[in-house]
Amino acid sequence: MELSSIYTELIMEHSRSSRNRRLLEEKDREERGHNPNCGDDITLQIKFAGGKIDDLAFTGSGCAISQASTSIMIDLIKGKGKEEALELIDIFLRLIKGDGLTEEEEEKLGEAVVLKNISYMPARVKCAVLAWHTLKELIKS
Amino acid sequence: MSRVALNYIYNENARTRRPIIINKEMGNKINPYLLKKDFPVFQDKVDGRELIYLDNAATTQKPYTVIEAVRKYSQQFHGNPHRGAHYLSVKATELYDQARQKVREFIKARSAKEIIFTRNTTEAINLVAYSYGMNFIDEGDEIVLSIAEHHSNILPWQQVARSRRARLKYMYLDEDGRLSKDEVKSKITERTKLVCLTHMSNVLGTIFPVREIIEYAHQKGALVLIDGAQGIPHVEVDVQELNADFYVFSGHKMLGPMGIGVLYAREELLEVMPPFLSGGDMIEYVSEDTASFAPLPEKFEAGTQNVEGAVGLAAAIDYLNSIGMDKIHQHEQDLTAYALERMQGISYLTLYGPTDLEERGGIISFNVAGIHPHDLASIVDLDGIALRAGHHCAQPLMKYLQLVASCRISFYLYNTKEDIDQLIDSLDRARSWFSNGTK
Repeated sequence: MELSSIYTELIMEHSRSSRNRRLLEEKDREERGHNPNCGDDITLQIKFAGGKIDDLAFTGSGCAISQASTSIMIDLIKGKGKEEALELIDIFLRLIKGDGLTEEEEEKLGEAVVLKNISYMPARVKCAVLAWHTLKELIKS
Repeated sequence: MSRVALNYIYNENARTRRPIIINKEMGNKINPYLLKKDFPVFQDKVDGRELIYLDNAATTQKPYTVIEAVRKYSQQFHGNPHRGAHYLSVKATELYDQARQKVREFIKARSAKEIIFTRNTTEAINLVAYSYGMNFIDEGDEIVLSIAEHHSNILPWQQVARSRRARLKYMYLDEDGRLSKDEVKSKITERTKLVCLTHMSNVLGTIFPVREIIEYAHQKGALVLIDGAQGIPHVEVDVQELNADFYVFSGHKMLGPMGIGVLYAREELLEVMPPFLSGGDMIEYVSEDTASFAPLPEKFEAGTQNVEGAVGLAAAIDYLNSIGMDKIHQHEQDLTAYALERMQGISYLTLYGPTDLEERGGIISFNVAGIHPHDLASIVDLDGIALRAGHHCAQPLMKYLQLVASCRISFYLYNTKEDIDQLIDSLDRARSWFSNGTK
């Protein structure tokens, strides 16, 4: 595999981006996600409004894959309803597991599809899925 | 290809790939290019790439002779040792005992009774913790560790300290990753019952002055356990000269198989220590309510043992001896000097550990500015380079160094300066990709 097919421009851009890396002024809940083995450590904060995810942001540190995956997820999920968000999380986790997705499902994931190649790197799967599992806990709690 | 033909080729390899490694042109030094031919993993591409293996502190690769010894045992001599009167059982017993003798000679122990086979270093330390620690360490006693210990030399002592109401004390490192004499003297006191220290830090590469520390601890009346997992594969060890009370190591970090490790302990200690595991093979007489134990070393080896592991370890020791531990150590020192010289000149690298070659071995931890160690490990893997990233099972040390993670390279006898050059090329590519998105 090529460096450019894993650390794509989009992943590099998101891993450096500060757009979603902030504390919310008003939050309903927050949840910490941690990979003790590699030290990826993020905290998601969420604000609901009218049954929708009105705002979502993160703080923390970790590798480029974990940070980019978190930022891409936030772009995708913000503004969605809880049920739709949980469905997207499920589709993403199946993408990284290496399950084949339908074209329709891939379309739903938007930019997040760029993380597909992580499914070929078992050692990095946990980096890609950290934020998504954390968000699932956050929505369900 | 028929099975017979395959066997023939395999045996042929084993016979012809004898470790004749001293290239006359190179004088008394190892020629790693010739040595690599003894290791099948380097003969083929790994995952489609030439392998550059720099993760020897995690585990080492195996020469043909080790693979062949294990195969031969499994094919021709496999029986349950110490049990039957039949040929295979006798043969397995003989090979197992020979392996123990081989280990005894290698570390220059007084007696084969002092060599206990375990699964690995971790099990050997647990044996000492549960047998010695839980019975001879009392309330108020102190167990002194260095902050550089691997989790396997911390967690068993936390258990002992908790159960026995003993106190854990840490010796901290100076800014170059060394243990100062003052630190040793301020932590090891008359209250110290046991000192547990790694021979070489698996993160910083520091080789600790174990002989001096053992001598000091003995003056204070303490026993000393040396975690030799990173020691014995790289430096000549004479346990009598060191005067270690316990010295533990793993076969798979010294060219041997996984699942075989060694506890060396002084005979008089093993005599008074109760068994760690009990069951078959470690008994003398068993009645309904009680039992008497087998003499050393069987007292500490309950259940059917890993004979093929012991046979493989013996073959690994033969291989190491055929080259000479002094030459292996010198080769690693040469590589370390070369790597440090090249890496110190690179502005985006931060190196950890002693700069003085006298105080360190062939393990180098570093970070690349702007690249998380896990990303870096994945990126260099694309170039066929195996290195380790993370906390290296030494979280207290990493916390002390204020690091979340680091990259680590670690050398062995088959590494070359070219391996280091290729690593640095790969680091440069990673760095430029992460800086501006180009290769």
